[in-house]
Amino acid sequence: MNTTPDLEVREGVDRETVETVANMGSYKYGWDTEIEMEYAPKGINEDIVRLISQKNEEPEWMTEWRLKAFRRWQEMRLPEWAMLDIPDIDFQDQYYYARPKSMETKPKSLDEVDPKLLATYEKLGIPLKEQMILAGVEGAEEAPAAGRKVAVDAVFDSVSVGTTFKDELAKAGVIFCSISEAIREHPELVKKYLGSVVPQGDNFYSALNSAVFSDGSFVYIPPGVTCPMELSTYFRINAENTGQFERTLIIADKGSYVSYLEGCTAPKRDTAQLHAAVVEIVILEDAEVKYSTVQNWFPGDEEGKGGIYNFVTKRADCREARAKVMWTQVETGSAVTWKYPSCILRGDDSQGEFYSIAITNNHQQADTGTKMLHLGKNTRSRIVSKGISAGQAQNTYRGRVAMHPKATNSRNYTQCDSLLIGDKCGAHTVPYIEVKNSSSRVEHEATTSKVDDDQMFYCRQRGMDEEEAVALIVNGFAKEVLQALPMEFAMEAQSLVAISLEGSVG
Amino acid sequence: MLKINNLHAKLEDEDKQILKGVSLEVPAGEVHAIMGPNGSGKSTTSYVLSGRDGYEVTEGEVTLNGEDLLDMEPEERAAAGLFLAFQYPVEIPGVGNMTFLRTAANAQRKARGEEELSAADFLKLIREKAKTLNIDADMLKRPVNVGFSGGEKKRNEILQMALLEPKMCILDETDSGLDVDAMRLVADGVNALRSPDRAFLVITHYQRLLDHIKPDVVHIMADGKIVKTGGPELALEVEQNGYADLLAEAS
Repeated sequence: MNTTPDLEVREGVDRETVETVANMGSYKYGWDTEIEMEYAPKGINEDIVRLISQKNEEPEWMTEWRLKAFRRWQEMRLPEWAMLDIPDIDFQDQYYYARPKSMETKPKSLDEVDPKLLATYEKLGIPLKEQMILAGVEGAEEAPAAGRKVAVDAVFDSVSVGTTFKDELAKAGVIFCSISEAIREHPELVKKYLGSVVPQGDNFYSALNSAVFSDGSFVYIPPGVTCPMELSTYFRINAENTGQFERTLIIADKGSYVSYLEGCTAPKRDTAQLHAAVVEIVILEDAEVKYSTVQNWFPGDEEGKGGIYNFVTKRADCREARAKVMWTQVETGSAVTWKYPSCILRGDDSQGEFYSIAITNNHQQADTGTKMLHLGKNTRSRIVSKGISAGQAQNTYRGRVAMHPKATNSRNYTQCDSLLIGDKCGAHTVPYIEVKNSSSRVEHEATTSKVDDDQMFYCRQRGMDEEEAVALIVNGFAKEVLQALPMEFAMEAQSLVAISLEGSVG
Repeated sequence: MLKINNLHAKLEDEDKQILKGVSLEVPAGEVHAIMGPNGSGKSTTSYVLSGRDGYEVTEGEVTLNGEDLLDMEPEERAAAGLFLAFQYPVEIPGVGNMTFLRTAANAQRKARGEEELSAADFLKLIREKAKTLNIDADMLKRPVNVGFSGGEKKRNEILQMALLEPKMCILDETDSGLDVDAMRLVADGVNALRSPDRAFLVITHYQRLLDHIKPDVVHIMADGKIVKTGGPELALEVEQNGYADLLAEAS
């Protein structure tokens, strides 16, 4: 299966989009790594929950926390309000824990990590050797100061393989590690904040995740600290029939700043795989967090077979005054996406932003959007959502903007644009707006358009083929969101936009 | 260069024949004009030549330097050297003019098996071209044709033509909606591009563009056919007497 073309850091921007389309077979991350794995028995019950807790060498309080979530989950029902057509998922026919055998004794450093695992990330273009960490882009006029560093926490199936730049981050007081390590090493922080933004019983999938999450990333930025580099987590699902349940907890203490990136891929498989993550972000007074995702799970094949079922709960709590959060997401993968990165604007003058591109092609389905819950005074939020549907895909924007009675003088602006390619796909917009005070203002603008025949002809008359033309037009449509991404991601995202729309025309 | 022989075409979803046997030949180095009243099939000719969807060729042949043009996709025709300056250039929101130009230039180079231009080389080249055409560099940074004035749009077409260096240039009523100054700029651009290995087909309604772009040959089109071919004096005749006499004579 190892047929991936060589990956290299590329130069320039726009040309790549086009080259990628021309050169790539569809999903380029679809290969798998042959590695000896250790699985927990299939299915889920209290013993499995205990086993996961034990594998992670967790303290008793954590085991109890999980069991509480599991009992809660058993009483809950699947959410059915989304505009998604999902076949029945047999929750007892999944593995809830899978780790490479070589990870049985936790490696102390990357030198002790199985070279096969390191090679996997290298092949994905995620260098784990620190000296190779993404350099600035050569030649680009708009390139930032050279040598921007990105620290990576790499999660392979159920475990974190390693985290880079830990020492350098520690000097700044920043804690960046796997969540399993945080539970062992920083229990006071985990106890205080875990489940405080997304309660265990928030929804069916958050309860499931709380019970069986196996790893994920933990970030703590101390007061007044601007994180000296971008932080990122890279999730790779490799094992078959295995769900990935990761947990991310980010705490930005007073006056701090961090930009966090998340990427993800999975091999091509005939059967669908479950992914249910929870991301919690706590932002205290005057702190700011930027969270960017480029989601590139395997979307299933052209007939709609296989792919990742992605049920994710992501939420940021602007807990104190003037806290600020910005979500940026590019969704191109997943057979099914159910995901609403949201903001609780609790502190006065706090701000939430959500920029999203969701692309669905072939038989993909996405029901995604955000919630902006304005609780504090003078809170502000902005939503820019770009949905692109091609093939027979369905794409729904679902948003909730709520102005609570005490959230006086607050504002929201929502812009929601849909682009259709072809005549068999669908775009839907479902905004819920609740305003309970008279001094706040909410604006919602929505448009739906088709890739225009005249635009296509204009591009083709100038020499571009159909896919180049679509990639160009769609990148233009999505530009506002692409620009919100950190530069390293913006380029990847731009090519992804092109790849995921392959075969959508003609 | 371009040979059109007995070209018949109709709209795909209508039965009405629009082109009813167009024949003409434009040799390299020459500028030909097609004039004719509204509805005579001038724009349809440009669309059929450039391969726009929605038209069906029912009869006839077209070759460009000996290659069968009608068999090619629009992008292949472009790579073969055919360029259409649009009557109404299309707006593409969010796509920078520079990005568009670079994507187009490299797509054509790739199709011809030539090496693509690096970002730096492209930048140098396009700045040069813009300068010779008196085009403000600011226009390169804006989204393709969005918010451009009529004159800017047409100049942008000429800039694309200068960059892509096509062999066969078709200008579809490039003079429509232009004031005298803008028309002058467009005509200067075209004149600068005239060369022994390049040909032009200028589709126009009026004589005034031809005051600035001196044609070698003028064709009069009516009801889907070329009804008369002559020298530049034919255009002057149209200006003085209108089409009525010519059409009466032809029928």
